[in-house]
Amino acid sequence: MDKTIRFKLNGKEVRVESPPERMLLWILRADLGHTGTKYGCGEGLCGACTVLVDGKPVFSCQYPLSKVEGKSVLTIEGLARGGRLHPLQQAFVDHDALQCGYCTPGMIFQAYALLLRKPNPTEAEIADALEGNLCRCGSYNRIIAAVQTAAKAMKGAIHEAR
Amino acid sequence: MKPVKSRDDEYTMSSPEAAGTAGAASGLALERREFLKLAGGGLIVFFAVGDGLALQEGARGGGYPDDPNAYLKVGPDGRVTCFTGKIEMGQGIITSLAMMLAEELDVPLEAVDMVMGDTALCPYDAGTFGSRSTKYFGPPMRQAAAEARGVLVRLAAARLGAAEEELATKDGAVYIAKSPSKKVTYAELVGGKKIEVRLEKKPSIKHHSKHVVSGRPTLRTDARAKVTGEAKFSGDIRLPGMLYAAILRPPAHGAKLRSADTAAAEKVPGTRVVRDGDLVAVLHEKPDAAAEALVLVEAEFEPSDSKLDNASIFAHLKEAAPRAEVVVEAGNLEEGARLAVKTVEKSYFAHYVAHAPSEPHTAVAQVEGDRATVWASTQSPFRARGEVAQTLGLPIANVRVITPFVGCGFGGKNQGGQIVEAARLAKLCGKPVQVAWTRKEEFFNDTFRPAAVYDIRSGLDAENRIVFWEYKNYHAGSRSSQPVYDIPHKRVLSFGGGWGGGDAGAVRAHPFGTGAWRGPGSNTNIFATESHIDVMAETAGLSPLEFRLKNLADARMKKVLGAAADRFGRSFSKAPAGRGYGIAITDYLGTYVATMAEVEVDKEKGTVRVVRVVCAQDTGEVINPEGARIQIEGCITMGLGYCLTEEIRFKDGRVLDENFDTYEIPRFSWLPKIEVVLVDNPDMAPQGCGEPAVTVMGAVIANAVYDAIGVRMHTLPMTPARILEAIHSERGTG
Repeated sequence: MDKTIRFKLNGKEVRVESPPERMLLWILRADLGHTGTKYGCGEGLCGACTVLVDGKPVFSCQYPLSKVEGKSVLTIEGLARGGRLHPLQQAFVDHDALQCGYCTPGMIFQAYALLLRKPNPTEAEIADALEGNLCRCGSYNRIIAAVQTAAKAMKGAIHEAR
Repeated sequence: MKPVKSRDDEYTMSSPEAAGTAGAASGLALERREFLKLAGGGLIVFFAVGDGLALQEGARGGGYPDDPNAYLKVGPDGRVTCFTGKIEMGQGIITSLAMMLAEELDVPLEAVDMVMGDTALCPYDAGTFGSRSTKYFGPPMRQAAAEARGVLVRLAAARLGAAEEELATKDGAVYIAKSPSKKVTYAELVGGKKIEVRLEKKPSIKHHSKHVVSGRPTLRTDARAKVTGEAKFSGDIRLPGMLYAAILRPPAHGAKLRSADTAAAEKVPGTRVVRDGDLVAVLHEKPDAAAEALVLVEAEFEPSDSKLDNASIFAHLKEAAPRAEVVVEAGNLEEGARLAVKTVEKSYFAHYVAHAPSEPHTAVAQVEGDRATVWASTQSPFRARGEVAQTLGLPIANVRVITPFVGCGFGGKNQGGQIVEAARLAKLCGKPVQVAWTRKEEFFNDTFRPAAVYDIRSGLDAENRIVFWEYKNYHAGSRSSQPVYDIPHKRVLSFGGGWGGGDAGAVRAHPFGTGAWRGPGSNTNIFATESHIDVMAETAGLSPLEFRLKNLADARMKKVLGAAADRFGRSFSKAPAGRGYGIAITDYLGTYVATMAEVEVDKEKGTVRVVRVVCAQDTGEVINPEGARIQIEGCITMGLGYCLTEEIRFKDGRVLDENFDTYEIPRFSWLPKIEVVLVDNPDMAPQGCGEPAVTVMGAVIANAVYDAIGVRMHTLPMTPARILEAIHSERGTG
């Protein structure tokens, strides 16, 4: 049964008419055309679909639409501002911290959520926070370096960086 | 150089991979006109019959169809477009090929646009695999660029009233060398014109000492699109009226569909059910709704007749391998055995491994009248074009395959049933259709790296030189199975049909599809050979490094091995201390690799932690050192999976691993310290870089594990259970 669900997507109010038990991933990709969020495993085992809901990282393939009602969702399309990359995005570019790029949006949001909690994480803390995000190309070493660079660039002010 | 003429009558179709249906020759003329229409005006460099393709395909030889398409275009805006049938799946050729073009044409890297894997625009290509893009596509593209530069200089000579010899090129302009302010840009030279050039001779290209773009570490040009979500993968294609398909799959390989009751699924609002023989699909405008409705289909399948599982596979594989290819034969094995004072005989085993690409196989197909367009996650767009043409009964020229960004391939996307599935469904339902395999489908339909068996018998003389080497592999494929060492008496046999399965005689070798897996053949041949070399080193009483250096004659390989050892250090534990050091080397299709690793092994739990990996690689001229490093780092990281955990579990045709919970691939916590040493060798033409470093990982880790605990692992992957079993059996036998 369709229900009207309202939430903020990248700062803008959106209204979706849909069965509320559908997963956010498909709402984003199929209903709203936000294809930057990727399907990887469908079971919360790879992290490719990670987005932020009220500043918390969630696996959108496991997150029903009903739970985002009234909340704020950030996807990769909403991270750069006015053509300027967010420091995390810039650091991924500067470190070549990606190859095929399929897992990258999810990686960036898992790292974003970590920096919200812990502005200056150690290498081990980054690895630990990103453990549930898989990169088959094997860019882990560069992703860690990129997150550290972004942390330094923002000096704890991740919100202002947006 | 002369204008291109119509070559319709010269066209012959001889490639089975490109085989379509009737009307190929007339279709090609159409395609050529279409190319010129799509490509627009400017200076376009075509290739003479066979020339570019023969170069591009290298040892594979000719026999490929002449191709109507061009390698590059200098547009009226001065931008340069590179057309390549290669695709970008993470390996970074979107940057390195653009660098090669920018270098030869003297334009800034930022002025190069890459058009990749679009069969309507790009020259024919056999596929992106085998670390061949830079090696085989690079040289003809460099020549096309040199030719274009020559044409521009000629045009500029008339324009500037100067002799060609007085002119030079830089930053997309031709200028008089002695008075650089007198110049004309490429845009001004080609603006409003349509110049078609056919490359007939091979113009000389720049010496590497003159390079200003190539050889410099350069960041990926596609990174910005990939960090903003703008990069489009096949699943991101949206067409008006597009439906998503969920396809009924058998529970096991070899299980045939007996019946399917689709009544309940058909009742779901917005659902269409399509049946065509064994293909049963539920279509919906929402992908999740299609998947839910598929669950309502009640299907019955005949049981699979496969009775194989992980425990029985190796014995079966040896039985199912009647024929052998002689890969190398030299000297006389009996004579070698007579000279030997010590003989070592061992067997090694490797299990099936999945590609597990980040992006599962995906395709979007649109069929309009007698034309089809497919956006596909593929490593082989031209092969896919032929398959779609054949399936739909269309002329090959009426099918266009477009390859968006591909989210990993590793050989798994050389094949892709999803493309034909999408094309069939689009034709049947009259609307564009997206087929995106679920992770479970990916683990079921994948073409796995074949399980394989290796038997090695070898001997040492009194001076600890390897005097004979008898190698038999069953089903791995022949690549990298020749020893790199200086051995007088040797025979290498490769049984079975190689990684593609194929012809294995009367008995079917594999219970499911197999295929190329990053560094195919090599990654397990090297596990066996380089493990065995360590066993011989110990028999000889020499360190793994000393023994290798003593038995190598190839100076280039010695240099690479020395470079790795210089960085890594030259000590080995020997005593089982829980910490160990390993070494492995290979010649992968001309790229030389020496890798050393340090591991810690928990003898109670059987777990291996890889602490540090040093890889030295000589890959000839390096176009993008940063790109090369990334590929090597990726090879090392990915390679840990097939060493330690990755193994497809199967039984009676069923694939028991369905997702990343049981099929474990490397994670952040596995990450060792990685050090890459690029061994300088610019005088050698560029070799491949995407695969070589992954192929030594099995051996280097197995050798380090042995150094750590004194127990030899003969089977990949080296799971904790296998390591504990090996420790216990070693203790038991004394």
